[in-house]
Formats: sequence, structure tokens, C-alpha cells
Amino acid sequence: MAADKVIYAMYDDDDVLKNGAKKLVSKGVKINEVFSPFPIHGIDPIIGVKNTRLGIMAFIYGLIGLTLATVGMRYFMIEDWPMNIGGKPNGTYLENMLAFIPITFEFTVLCAAHGMAITYLIVNKTLPGMPAQNPDPRTTDDKFVMELRMSENDGFSSSELETMLKDTGVIELDQKEI
Amino acid sequence: MEFKIANKAKMLTIALMAGGLLMLVIGLIVHMEDKSFLTRLLSNTLVNSFFFFSIGLGALFFLALQYATETGWYATVKRVIEGLAGFLPVGIILMLVTLLTLTFTHGAHGHIYVWMDPEVYKEGSHHYDPMVVGKSGYLNELFFWLRTIVYMATYYIFYRGFRMRSLEEDRVGGTEIHFKNYRRGALFLVFFSVFSSTSVWDWIMSIDVHWFSTLFGWYTFAGMWCTTMTVLVMLVLYLKKQGYLPKVNDSHIHDIGKWTFATSFLWSYMFFSQFMLIWYANIGEESAYYIQRIEDYQLLYFGMFFINFAFPMLILMSRDAKRNASILIFVGLVIVVGHWLDVYIMVSGGSMGAQASIGFLEIGMALAFLGLFIRVVLTNLTKAPLTPVNHPFLDESIHHDI
Repeated sequence: MAADKVIYAMYDDDDVLKNGAKKLVSKGVKINEVFSPFPIHGIDPIIGVKNTRLGIMAFIYGLIGLTLATVGMRYFMIEDWPMNIGGKPNGTYLENMLAFIPITFEFTVLCAAHGMAITYLIVNKTLPGMPAQNPDPRTTDDKFVMELRMSENDGFSSSELETMLKDTGVIELDQKEI
Repeated sequence: MEFKIANKAKMLTIALMAGGLLMLVIGLIVHMEDKSFLTRLLSNTLVNSFFFFSIGLGALFFLALQYATETGWYATVKRVIEGLAGFLPVGIILMLVTLLTLTFTHGAHGHIYVWMDPEVYKEGSHHYDPMVVGKSGYLNELFFWLRTIVYMATYYIFYRGFRMRSLEEDRVGGTEIHFKNYRRGALFLVFFSVFSSTSVWDWIMSIDVHWFSTLFGWYTFAGMWCTTMTVLVMLVLYLKKQGYLPKVNDSHIHDIGKWTFATSFLWSYMFFSQFMLIWYANIGEESAYYIQRIEDYQLLYFGMFFINFAFPMLILMSRDAKRNASILIFVGLVIVVGHWLDVYIMVSGGSMGAQASIGFLEIGMALAFLGLFIRVVLTNLTKAPLTPVNHPFLDESIHHDI
């Protein structure tokens, strides 16, 4: 990819940023990303973030857990080494399914929860040890940064964008070549 | 905005009540000569009184829960919850009449409440039952009625207080009423946490007089809560379709849909916990309850579990489904029938046993009660503005967005 110019606009209030983003988007500016110390309520539809598909992944991880638990317990408790604790389970898996349901349930939840958390960290590139993505360490404290890419805003020159940004109440403007 | 009952709804409730009564009368005439007639009639009255009473009670509990947790999102649907809770006085009367009839007929001659039959206590009589005699310190008519009156009085007093303060809040505003509701809501939950268990031990579990389960109260309570949430979501959707509740948005519907989903799981969890422990331990006195139901109601019993568990789980899991009115109404109607069947099997399994069948009498009576229930709830809704005027969290609720 050719060199791209990125504009970072810093705000000290999430509401100011949100209103600014609304104004910019209505003029046709494309906002690439917003960095914030906490989730800003209602920012997603403004900057055009699609609904997450994490829920679907959680369902799939859950199904995997369900299958693993069923297959595993059938092998451990019925086929390989039939175990009988207080008269149960005995015989086939189906006859004793009730005894296995609590573990199946727990394992389903375990897989869904861990799968979901790890997927989340990978997608956000925030696994332990990964380099930080945010342009300024202050966005983990009390500042909010809006990122605009020149390559995505062909219709505007960088000075036009900067004037527009200044009208929205930025406290700092920064440019970077990447 | 004031709510007016649409003519269509008026016609529907009248049709339900009239059609239900007609079917009931046909059922009564057909079965008049049966030996089990009285038992059948009274156990059905108990099923329906309890089922609809419990929807009102569930709404009261849910309201108290919102007060005690100082929830904000529900403010726009608060009057709908109150409307449902407003069935409580009628439900209490229905329950009291049913229980009174049962007392005067000695628990339908010992077929419903075995322990009300004087024969059971006579040594030498072939009905003599030493186990029931052993329980008579708790399960006797005097103490039973004392408890019943305490439960009903508590529920009614709290309902009246909540309703009065809610209407007063519309007039005066401020936060004083809010904090009073907060304290009263918490207090109600304390009472309810005990009464919800002990009251169904008395009214339902004592039918299977030899059997007991600690989970039974919570199991019934979970069913009650789930039915209430389902009815609530359907009622809100109905009102919204009629053009009322303009402030209720998709997020509110989504939230009540989540409650339906979650309470269905709670109920299934309770069902399974009770079932699995008894199945695993396999002790004669405990498993008798399930053996009886599995032998006499196999299809109905497990069909009911499937409907109440798998239906909401599979259909309501996705976010879009919980925001879709047609899906919610469809699932809602199915699980309300499912939970009615649950109560039906609880009561009939112990009283009618293998002789139970669902016919004109059962369906007719359920429809008549349903008609009455809808009518009372809709009438309640007309009595106050559908959106509370001065609720401190109203603004938060209007901007509710998830």
C-alpha cells in the first residue's frame, strides 16, 4: 500500500466527539476509527461500525463444547472404562444422559465463554504482548481520539479536513504518514 | 395518553368468556355422572385460578424487583406491569373461593387435598394414613387458612401500596415516593422470597401429600415469572400496535424479550434440577411423583418440557428475533400454553392421576378464565395514563438504547 496520511483529532469529552463525528459524517467525511478509554454509547452507527458477529461465534463455540463433552463422556464413562458410581451411570449413554447433562452444560458454557473472550482479544489485536494500537497513550486515560485517513477521504484536502475538525471542538490535531 | 379498550378487544374477551362458559357447560353436562366429576371440576378450578393468579403475582414481584433495584429502563412500560399486577385482587378472590370450596368438600372428598379428609385421621378406617397424621401439625385446615390469609393479605397490601404511590407520583412528582417504593419493594421481596415457596407447598405440593421437594417452590415461581414476562411482552406489543406507548422503542421490547428468554432458562434449570436429583437418588418416596406423571402423562409431560425449554431457546436466541413482534407473539403464545400445561400436570397428576384428560371442561374453563383475565387487565390499563408522568427515571427510559 502506498503511503497514507492519517489525521488524529483529540477531544477531551466523548459527547463533543460524538456530535463532531455526526457533523463530519453528514458532510461525507469517512471516520476510520475512534479510540476511547471506555465504550462510547451510540458511536457505532455514527461512524458506521457493523453489528458484531461475536454472538454467532459464541454459539458455534458452544456447539463445539457440547459435542466435545458428549463424545468425551461417552468414551470415558461408557466405552473405554465403564464407571458406576452409586448405581449410575450404567448401560448406554442415552439411558444415562441425565447424569451427564450438568457437565455437558458446564463444558458448553466454558467453551463458549473462553472462545468468545479469546476471539475478542484476537480481533481487537489486544492479546497480551501485542503492540498497542492506539496512537496516543492518553486515550487509555481521559482523552478521545478520532482517526481519519486521507486515502478514504478523496474528496477533501487535508487542510479542508483540518478546518472542519477545528469547528468540532478538538483540543489537539496531529498528522502522521504511515 | 389514556387507553381505551378497542371494540375488537371487548368482543374478543366476551367471545372468550361466552365460548368458554358454553364449552364448560357442555363438559359439565357430559361428565356430570362420572365418579370423578367433583375432583375434575375442582382440580381444574384450582389449575386456572392458580395460573392466572400467579400471572398477577408475578407482575407484582417484577414491579417490586424494579423498585428495589432502582431500574431505569422499565419506566415506560411500568403501567403495563401494573395493569397485569392489577389482576391480583381478582386472582386472590378466585383462589380464595376455590380453596374455600375445597375446604368445604373436604378437599374434594380427599381426592385433591388428601389431608383435608377426616377419614385419613381415623385409626382403623381403611383411609387411615399415619404419614398424613404425622404432618397434621403443619397441614391442618386451621393453620392452612391462617397461612393463606397471611399470604393473600400481604400480597394485596403491597399491591395497593405500590399502585397508590404510583398514581400519587403522577400528581406530585419528586423523589420521596421513589425512595419509599425502593424500601417497600425490598421489603416485599423479603416476604415474597419466603411466601413464594411456602404458599405453593400449601396450595399445590400438598396435593401429593406424601411427596416433598425443596425446589418445588422455586420451580413454580420460575414458571410464574416466565409466564408473566411472556404475557408482558405480548401485551406491550399489542398496545404498541394499537398506537399506544409511543415512547416504547425496540430496546424495551428487546429487554422484555430477554427476560422471556432468561426466565425460560431459569424454569428449565429448575425443572431439570428437581428431576435429575430425584432420578439420580432413586428413592421410592421421591421418585413416586415422577413415576406417576411419566406413566400417566408421558407425552404431555415431556412435550411440555420441550415446548417451554427448546422453543424459546432455539427461536429467541438471536438478537433480531427478540426485536421481532411476530416471532415474540408466536413463541409467547406457545409457552403460555406450555406453562398452563405445567400447572395442569402439577395439579391433575396428584388429584386425577390416570383418569385425567383434556376435554371440553378443561379447555372451556381455561378460555373463560383467559377472557376474564384479559378483560380485567385491559380495564386496569384504562384507569391511569399509560406512560407514568413523573417517574424519576422516565427520561432515562425514553432514551433507552441497547
